[in-house]
Amino acid sequence: MNVVVCLKQTFDTEAKIVLDAQGKVDANGVNLIINPYDEYAIEEGIRLKEKFGGEVTVVSMGGAKVAEALRTALAMGADKAIAIQDPASYGSDEYVTAQVLAKALKEVPFDVILSGRIAIDDGSSQVAVRLAEQLGIPSVTSIMTLSVEGNKAVVTRDIDGGMETVEITLPAVLTAQKGLNEPRYPSVAGIMKAKKKEFKTFTLKDLGMDHGDAGFAGAKMKLDSISLPAPRQAGRVIQGEPVQAVSELVRVLMDEAKVI
Amino acid sequence: MLDLTPEQQALREMVHSFAQDVVAPGAAERDKTGEFPLAIMKQMGELGLLGLPFSEDEGGTGGGYVSYAIAVEEITRACASTGITYAANLSLGISPIYLFGTKEQKAKYLPHLFQGDYLASFGLTEPEAGSDAGGTRTRARRTEGGWILNGSKCFITNASYAGVVTTTALTDPEKKTKGISAFLVEQGTPGFSVNTPYDKLGLSASNTTELVFEDAQIPEENLLGTKENVGFKQFLEVLDGGRISIGAMGVGLAQAALDAALKYAKERKQFGKTLSSFQAIQFKLADMATQVQLSRLAVWNAARLKDAHKPFSQAAAIGKLHASETAVKCALEAIQIHGGYGYMKDYPVERYLRDAKLLEIGEGTSEIQRLVIARSLGCA
Repeated sequence: MNVVVCLKQTFDTEAKIVLDAQGKVDANGVNLIINPYDEYAIEEGIRLKEKFGGEVTVVSMGGAKVAEALRTALAMGADKAIAIQDPASYGSDEYVTAQVLAKALKEVPFDVILSGRIAIDDGSSQVAVRLAEQLGIPSVTSIMTLSVEGNKAVVTRDIDGGMETVEITLPAVLTAQKGLNEPRYPSVAGIMKAKKKEFKTFTLKDLGMDHGDAGFAGAKMKLDSISLPAPRQAGRVIQGEPVQAVSELVRVLMDEAKVI
Repeated sequence: MLDLTPEQQALREMVHSFAQDVVAPGAAERDKTGEFPLAIMKQMGELGLLGLPFSEDEGGTGGGYVSYAIAVEEITRACASTGITYAANLSLGISPIYLFGTKEQKAKYLPHLFQGDYLASFGLTEPEAGSDAGGTRTRARRTEGGWILNGSKCFITNASYAGVVTTTALTDPEKKTKGISAFLVEQGTPGFSVNTPYDKLGLSASNTTELVFEDAQIPEENLLGTKENVGFKQFLEVLDGGRISIGAMGVGLAQAALDAALKYAKERKQFGKTLSSFQAIQFKLADMATQVQLSRLAVWNAARLKDAHKPFSQAAAIGKLHASETAVKCALEAIQIHGGYGYMKDYPVERYLRDAKLLEIGEGTSEIQRLVIARSLGCA
């Protein structure tokens, strides 16, 4: 069974988001990690390989440090990595990203494509399902369990207030929800071996795409502006005897905060 | 900071996550109960961390000493008891067999040690022979087909969980230090027993033992290596490597103290402002960060020299001396920044101080480090 895992490199969950003078998110000094939901996808891909044989190929389009994320996936146990690295890809939306990934996977054999159900940075949850459309294969999102038999997979997916069991014919795209598995730590041997594994880097041109097809130029969606949430106001302590304090609290909630 | 290789960087991230997710949560509890972190050591075996600095040819994972120093630092930053268990197992337990063992000895023990099936331990210190190893009294007498050992060792780390203990003993008392040999004593050897009589200031979850040899029978093939009377030279070499790991523990504890102090200073308000906005506190934190960085560089310098097969004794002593003293100072400053709360066991900083003190004593006191450094300068 051959598995492809699409992953995204995102800010560390503890990173402080700062906007620069141009109003863009400032990535300076921010620690980058593999999108946590994509880690579940990597782990599931490796488990499929351990059970059925075959290879796991990890693929990512990203910035200058994307190789680090892919190397971590190799250290966990993936076999091959494909990086799409091109300054012209900067500003790509989900539509473009799915197109690029589909082209990068042209020569890669797969039975299952796994990805996280959402990226913790832009939170769009679109790339994996768009990729399935591009490839003309079915997709199931937000899976909690996966069992494969022959060319069929039975998955349970996390839906509002319950679980849904779905049978799907492979090849298919599946996106991982938290709880699918417990991602492993890369072992020392895995880290040492990672550098000897096949690692391909493509530019957009290598994939037969023009610069006009990707990045800001190719995006269907134009990003207007980014703003940070308004800082939380300091709280206020109402002093006095309970009876007076409660009346004052009610007055403040009605007249000032206008919440009742 | 010096550039790490991509592998060292990846290893640092892996050990950091493992240490923070798996090791750190139980640290305060282990400090209270003294429960030995055996399950963690097994997990470290599965991750390949127990073979980290040792070459792949011998079944290790070939990460080298810089990687090892990084691992010791990150584990200790999460829990110093686990840090010393790990460091002593590798630097003192496994190293003698790895460095001086015969082919047969290596084949017998190393795979189990790298896997974490059992730990290894190093019996050097005696009641009468601490810094002065020349005072060794444990005696090995030749018999037919082996040796008979008599004597005792104190302050020996990990021996309750060790499948094999490398022990020094006098084979030729006339020659003093040139008459010391090292033996591989297996758990369960008749006449060999391990006791745990100590109640320590810190590092409570570390296993500190006393070894007793009463006519312990050691078979011929358990002389470490092939030569008698080279034990003194062997353990000096082992201790040089060990100093790098104690230095790395110092870096980890000092970093932990800085982490805790910085977090507290940013949260705690006095006079309507956070502590971290007061220059008096800022300067303390800046000094701590400076010393942590210098310690790390000194330890990594020794590790790099060792990895490059260059002389590293002086560098290891400098790294150990500076990092262990920095750990104690940073723990004290972290308590000071916490004020009254720092003196309470609700916060981790008092534990850091109790744990850090050992680093100025174990594997050569700070005074011995200064002697080693002075001698390397040519003082006679």
